[in-house]
Amino acid sequence: MRILTGNDLPTGDVIWWTGDGWSRHVEEAVDVADQGEPIARAEEAARRVNGAYVIDATETPDGPRPAHIKDRIRALGPTVRPDLTLKPVDPNAGSWVI
Amino acid sequence: MYKYDQYDQAIVDARVDEFRDQVRRRLAGQITEDQFKPLRLKNGLYLQLHAYMLRVAIPYGTLNGKQMRMLGHIARKYDRGYGHFTTRQNIQYNWIKLQDAPDILADLATVEMHAIQTSGESIRNLSSDQYAGAAADEIADPRPWAELLRQATTFHPEFSYLPRKFKIAVTAADEDRAAIRLHDIGLKLVRNAAGELGFEVYIGGGMGRTPFVAPLIRPFLPAANLFSYLEAALRVWNRNGRRDNIHKQRIKILVHDLGQEEFTRQVEAEWQHILGNASDVPLVEVERIATHFAPPPFETGLSDAIDRSDPDFALWVDQNVKPHKAPGYAIVNISLKPVGGIPGDVSAEQIDVIADLAERYSFDELRATHAQNIVLPHVRKRDLYELWTALADAGLATPNLDLISDIIACPGLDYCSLANARSIPVAQKIADRFADLGRQRELGELKLKISGCINACGHHHAGHIGILGVDRKGTENYQLLLGGSGAEDASLGKITGPGFNEDGIVDAVERVTDKYLAVRQEGERFLDTYRRVGFEPFKEAIYG
Amino acid sequence: MADDFLRFRDDEPTEEPAVTLDAFLDQTNSSAVRLEAGEDVRLLLPHLHHISLIEVDFPRFRDGRGYSSAQILREAGYKGELRATGDVLVDQMDHMRRCGFDSFAPNAPIDPEVLRATLDRYAFRYQTAADAAVPVWKLRHG
Repeated sequence: MRILTGNDLPTGDVIWWTGDGWSRHVEEAVDVADQGEPIARAEEAARRVNGAYVIDATETPDGPRPAHIKDRIRALGPTVRPDLTLKPVDPNAGSWVI
Repeated sequence: MYKYDQYDQAIVDARVDEFRDQVRRRLAGQITEDQFKPLRLKNGLYLQLHAYMLRVAIPYGTLNGKQMRMLGHIARKYDRGYGHFTTRQNIQYNWIKLQDAPDILADLATVEMHAIQTSGESIRNLSSDQYAGAAADEIADPRPWAELLRQATTFHPEFSYLPRKFKIAVTAADEDRAAIRLHDIGLKLVRNAAGELGFEVYIGGGMGRTPFVAPLIRPFLPAANLFSYLEAALRVWNRNGRRDNIHKQRIKILVHDLGQEEFTRQVEAEWQHILGNASDVPLVEVERIATHFAPPPFETGLSDAIDRSDPDFALWVDQNVKPHKAPGYAIVNISLKPVGGIPGDVSAEQIDVIADLAERYSFDELRATHAQNIVLPHVRKRDLYELWTALADAGLATPNLDLISDIIACPGLDYCSLANARSIPVAQKIADRFADLGRQRELGELKLKISGCINACGHHHAGHIGILGVDRKGTENYQLLLGGSGAEDASLGKITGPGFNEDGIVDAVERVTDKYLAVRQEGERFLDTYRRVGFEPFKEAIYG
Repeated sequence: MADDFLRFRDDEPTEEPAVTLDAFLDQTNSSAVRLEAGEDVRLLLPHLHHISLIEVDFPRFRDGRGYSSAQILREAGYKGELRATGDVLVDQMDHMRRCGFDSFAPNAPIDPEVLRATLDRYAFRYQTAADAAVPVWKLRHG
């Protein structure tokens, strides 16, 4: 699948396209098929995202997982500071990242 | 240290106002990201993996307790409780919001700090010797010259859109603690036979994709002409440097392409033009700046004796405390490299502790080092034990300066959008493998430097042992380099061969150190042994 | 020609179209010349006395070669109009003014309010340049 990601313009938070908006959680990302680029340009023009780009991902029972390690790290947070990730209390939260 | 006058303060305040307006226009859609990106980079604001990142300038690495405490305040109020000291003596914050950046700059301006030209294609924050003003081996304090250049290069109108970034380092000692020959311009303060002050000028060094050790372009530049000569070099590069390929736009490529002789000829010719502009800062201004760097009121008659009865303290003294030019004083290095930690990271609480200790024990002065540690430059030897106790309580007394666990590491793929591989976990695994301090001390001085991509923020080319993280078909892979040095004997490391995975690189490092222990001669550091026996025995040890 | 608020001179603008550097050097009776980013501005120096307009083009706002071209022209004593053309944005115009540009013909419109705020913002300068600003080191020592 292909999913769309970028950063929130005013806060810089990592965000994922959900089909009708943006979420902090990669689990809510949807397959954009070949529509990623036009969505990205329109959302950038509306200043709802900064630096949007389309990536490959795999659908899993727990939700989409980005194909490249860089985007997996973006999706959760720094591997060396689990306390600062999106799921700081879940010791296994990062099992799919590396 | 330097204190702003009304002009310095007005300029920094105007910059806050300017950036606030630029951010406002970006958020209102009046400028595009393509237009805004160079503007925010000129103020040290990146968009990284998880958020915006703000790099705050610490000019030539010098700051006081009040400024340090402000850095802690920013970590708490606008970030997530910590900061990261960088290999250019700056600090950066990883979790900044664009909408907060103008307020952060306004806070910084209240303590005479800023983020001006800490990124972008501009003349970057000056770096210098972290022992300046304290070292026994310097001919004069290099920081007045660094401050002169800080001012002269701030918002220089002709050089605001250079082909690429431009880094300057200034030192004044034979021992090079600032890696001057790996800078775009390296300046070493010297005296000529007549006793006049001047500079050795090295141009065209750098790391990154195409590393070079800078050649000596001018053996003696009269100190009074420092700035006009730099302007000449910058103009030759601004006009003739490549603009067609981002990887070939640094001045080192121009120096290499033209050849040292022709490049020097062009700079000297341009200098003759520029001398007519009277752009050199007059010596009366240099003297004004220099008064700010007058030595602190050192007490006289102090004893040089140190009570070494506590063995842990004695170990720390041996490793982290360096000779000072004033009797009874010492230079203290605070390692930010505890085993299990993140190189260069420091919590807001630790920042506050360091600020307090600088005020209490070091004439309210501290330094950030390019090795991502902190220095208290002027400590009475009789205060060392008390200071050490306080540092130990804050987790800041790791006695590993210049040992294998005192690793330089860039943020790598855990934070950086340019990275290809993580650096921090590799540093942690190596520090863990060599955690036994006796073993580290047996290995002696060993500078290990890790970069997570070819841009070399982790100075891997200049490591006695260097590690470069690369992306091999979507997985992290690590190349090993041997024989680099950023010191006065500058050299570039050589890649040993095929790369390794994360555990493999730790094993490879250990095979290298084992080989060193097996073949070293009396008194040799790792680098000395490597230079004596050459590359092959180590390659053999690594790959068998 | 530049809008009024983008021209910082009192004289009448030249009506003559700017010719390329090559054309100018072939036929030096022209009084208006256009310089591209990579061209050597010093070729113009022998002819400055009969030039009234020099346009310096910025193909991309991040290409800073034109700043040196302007500075060199003013250092050589050029007093005529010096116009920045092309990808010229408001956030670069303060430094362009300092390097000696005194008119602007940008590709995209400039907001006059933002421009005024930009040019008024810095009361003090650290360096000498091609403008009249007195560097702070001189202010400090009278």
